[in-house]
Amino acid sequence: MEKMSRRKFLKLGTLCAAGVSAAAIGASSVASAATTATTGTYQKNVKRLKGTAMGMVIDMREIDSEKIAELQKVCHAFHNVPNVPNEKDEVKWIWAEKYVNLFAGETTERLAEKFADKDFVALCNHCESPVCVRVCPTKATFTNDQGIVLMDMHRCIGCRNCMAACPYGARSFNFVNPRDYLDEVNYAYPTRMKGVVEKCNFCAERVAVGQLPLCVEAAGGAISFGDLNDPESKVSKLIAENFTLQRKINLGTKPKVYYII
Amino acid sequence: MIEKALIKRTSKSYWAWVLFLIALIAVGFAAYLYQMTQGFTVTGMSRDISWGMYIGHLTFFVGVAAGGVMIVLPYYLHNVKEFGRITVVGEFLAIPAVIMALLFVVVDIGSPMKLFNVYIYATPHSMLFWDSVVLPCYLLLNLVVGYSVLQAENKGLHYKKWVKALALVSIPFAFSIHIVTAFLYSGLPSRHYFLTAMLPAKFLASAFATGPSLIILICFLLKKLCGFDAGWNAIKKLSVIIAYAYTATIFMVGCEFFTAFYSNVPSHKAALQYLFFGLHGHNQFVPFMIVFVICVVFALFLLIPRQNRENPVKLGFACALVFLSMYIEKGLTFIIGGLSETPFGEIASYHMTAVEFLIIVGIFAIGILIATILFKLVVVVKKDRDPGAYVPEDRAGLALKLTTEKGMFVDTVARDKDREDEDE
Ligand code: SF4
Ligand code: SF4
Ligand code: SF4
Repeated sequence: MEKMSRRKFLKLGTLCAAGVSAAAIGASSVASAATTATTGTYQKNVKRLKGTAMGMVIDMREIDSEKIAELQKVCHAFHNVPNVPNEKDEVKWIWAEKYVNLFAGETTERLAEKFADKDFVALCNHCESPVCVRVCPTKATFTNDQGIVLMDMHRCIGCRNCMAACPYGARSFNFVNPRDYLDEVNYAYPTRMKGVVEKCNFCAERVAVGQLPLCVEAAGGAISFGDLNDPESKVSKLIAENFTLQRKINLGTKPKVYYII
Repeated sequence: MIEKALIKRTSKSYWAWVLFLIALIAVGFAAYLYQMTQGFTVTGMSRDISWGMYIGHLTFFVGVAAGGVMIVLPYYLHNVKEFGRITVVGEFLAIPAVIMALLFVVVDIGSPMKLFNVYIYATPHSMLFWDSVVLPCYLLLNLVVGYSVLQAENKGLHYKKWVKALALVSIPFAFSIHIVTAFLYSGLPSRHYFLTAMLPAKFLASAFATGPSLIILICFLLKKLCGFDAGWNAIKKLSVIIAYAYTATIFMVGCEFFTAFYSNVPSHKAALQYLFFGLHGHNQFVPFMIVFVICVVFALFLLIPRQNRENPVKLGFACALVFLSMYIEKGLTFIIGGLSETPFGEIASYHMTAVEFLIIVGIFAIGILIATILFKLVVVVKKDRDPGAYVPEDRAGLALKLTTEKGMFVDTVARDKDREDEDE
């Protein structure tokens, strides 16, 4: 999507530049710059991580509350996620949620407190059959070719249909101007405006250049990321060897985040 | 023709009323600007309750708009002549109702300047997209049909064939606007209060009670204010429709209680518990639901026995109760109830803010202003062209006296019969 509009933009730039130079005003440098951009050939992004169903396996035996706070800090700082103090208006991509809440309705009745209250990592599940994508009236939420559920903030109209639809509470709405609540702006990633929805993007911008998601790196081996369709990938092997849970599997959304208990 | 609404037979009180509404609209608009500059933080909505009063009102007014079809359908499909004089009331009621519904969507949208992305990137698998298709279509149909019918009458002609064709087209559209609105909720997998195949049926049934109730109330008001008489037979016919539709609605509400509490599935019970009894200490909607239950009991008592229903005073009360109860059930509590249980198994609370309230008041004022102008138009045209709709002054006074003192209603339809036969 982004590439398309960029190409269109450059094409337009070429036309304008051609027009300008035809009028002999001598904008040759602009014209040649634009021409090189459009005549260049597209090359396959070889650096990008491979996979058609990117998923995550979180080993909860190795993650505690402090670790989750650290993961959140790393992710939120890089992605310019605002730190809104008012809980009602909160924006979060990755956060701590108690076991009983994360697996609400699927826990045992008299669960010991130490398990019930254990903090778990909560984030978007990048569902294979995502309700958020189904209900979005503008395709601002969409699934890419790697099974990552992404958002186009420029297109999002802020109708919040996706928030009502997501069974996992993964989405946040910018109730306030998020730029007012950033301690520091990271210019490597866009900031947002108020009135749009956002959520974890599985670090698609890093996957594109062959890097693992930030939280995966920061977790030091406790979180794995990779292609669930590839039986040789680390995530597939972990799932094959360990007892894992997914959230609310009975809803048919096919979440792609697995938890090792 | 529209000039008739504005300059002909206007009175001081008419202009005072219009000015009053415009003032309310200005207040609402100011509140909206405040919401747009501050962000949605000034509303009661939150990360958990992501839809609030606006979407609730959208749902309710889509119902009111769809309800108008209960006059249009019998008249055009079953040739129920009694409705002839007031089909235009049904069509004109739908116009402000749809406009209000659309405005409630617009004020609920976080980035309204990107609103047209819904059409630019049309997405057929989204129910919200279909809602934004059928609602404007229904609005347009009602505008064209209502206006053409009235214009024909104004010129003393019978409306054209194509107008009738469009009126017929508008019938399935009336159903579709409410069905699609129900699908918006009933297709969400994890909201148990929404996730029921009963929802579209319940919405339609309640719309067919609410819309006609409002039409009867409007007819009573027009009679009182302008002496316009809709005809007692038409009102009687409508009251039967209301009685059936309302009973069906309440039956479906009862079915929801049975399924939730007999099956005893916690997430099915959660919303009903939260709304009617309070859950985990959250009980801000309990007083509303008590009022709802009281309204239901009295409305059913006034609607079902024939002698109650055929008494104009009692019928007026019944209509007000039907309207109020459905406004509580559908407009105020349905959305919040459905979203109250968060994906994390907790109950989130919602408190409407003053900003939301003022914006809602502003939209009500817009709707009422449009309704005022349209119904003024109807009354003026009818006065010129349909003198049968007016009892002569002295008779009107007598009729009013009889109505208020003895509970009788003076029928004027018999007198009009010859005139209608002439039309054929
Ligand atoms: S977890 Fe929610 S937001 Fe994420 S893909 Fe699934 S439905 Fe969409
Ligand atoms: S809020 Fe944005 S992403 Fe969500 S459904 Fe509406 S347009 Fe789509
Ligand atoms: S995958 Fe990336 S965006 Fe998602 S929670 Fe982890 S760091 Fe944040």
